[in-house]
Amino acid sequence: MKATIKIMLKNGVLDPQGKAITHALDGLGFAGVKEVRQGKIIELDLAEGTKENAIEEMCDKLLANPVIEDYEIMMVA
Amino acid sequence: MKTAIIVFPGTNREKDMADAIEAVSGQRPEFIWHKETSLDNYDLIVLPGGFSYGDYLRCGAMAAHSPIMKELLRQAERGTRIFGVCNGFQMLIETQILPGALLRNNSLKFICKHVHLKAENTTESFTHKLSNTPVIHVPIAHGDGNYFANDNILDDIKAHTQIAFRYCDENGDTTQGNPNGSTENIAGIYNKRKTILGMMPHPENATLDHHENLSGVGLFQGILDGLG
Repeated sequence: MKATIKIMLKNGVLDPQGKAITHALDGLGFAGVKEVRQGKIIELDLAEGTKENAIEEMCDKLLANPVIEDYEIMMVA
Repeated sequence: MKTAIIVFPGTNREKDMADAIEAVSGQRPEFIWHKETSLDNYDLIVLPGGFSYGDYLRCGAMAAHSPIMKELLRQAERGTRIFGVCNGFQMLIETQILPGALLRNNSLKFICKHVHLKAENTTESFTHKLSNTPVIHVPIAHGDGNYFANDNILDDIKAHTQIAFRYCDENGDTTQGNPNGSTENIAGIYNKRKTILGMMPHPENATLDHHENLSGVGLFQGILDGLG
C-alpha cells in the first residue's frame, strides 16, 4: 500500500519561495497569478495494513514540523 | 570543566567551536560522534554549526533523531548546560527543546556576513558577562535562519524572558539590522530555565586574534563561568 503526504506551510507563515515563484511567473508574462504557495510531497511505500494513525505519527515526529507546517495524508489505492 | 561537542555527518564548524572554547577555558573539548549514547560527566554540551545530513527534509530534522539526541534530551531535563549554534540551534528547535521554528531566509539567499546583536537579557546565565557590552559584532552564515514564532509562542517566550539576542544596528537599535526576516529580530533564545541557549550567529568566530574581532569572548566567558 502507498500513501502520499502533502506538506504545506501553515496559513500566515511567510513562504518566500512561493513569493519568488509568483514574481517569476509575472516576469514571464503570465498575468493574474495572485499567489503561489510551495510545499512538498512525500510518497511512502508501506507494509499492507499500516494504520493511518501510524502515518500521522510519522508526520508529527519527523515528516512535518507542526509549528509551521500542515500535512494531509492521502492513501493511494 | 569538560565540554562535549557533538559531531554529525555534515557538521563542519566543530573545530572553530573547539578553538573558541579552548581559548577561553584553556581546556580542549571532546568531539562526540552522533552515534554515541552517553553524555554523562560533561559540564557543557555543544551542538555546532554545519549542514547535518545535508539539511535533508528540514535543517536539523534528521539530526534531531540521531541516537545521541535521546541522551541530549535527558541531559536537557537534568539541567546540563547546552549551547547550540546555527545548525545546532536548528536541531534544538527540531527536537522542540527550544520553541518556534526556523524558516528559509526571507531573501531566499544564503547570507554570510557580520551582523550586530544585542543581548536582550544580561542577568541570565550565558549572557551575564555582556551587561557592559550588550552589542556584539559576529558573523552569520545560514540559509534557513529566519526565526518564526506565532503569537502564542512569542507571548510565552517574552513572559519567561527567553529572548537572548536580537539582531540590531551598530547602535543597538533592534528595529534595524534584521538580516533574514526573523520575528521581532530574534537571533537566539533560551529555554525557560536558562540552561540552554540556541542562536543562529557564530560567536565562536569572534574569539581569536586572527578573527580580528573578539566580541564573542564575553559570551563564552559567561557560558563557561561557574561550570566545573
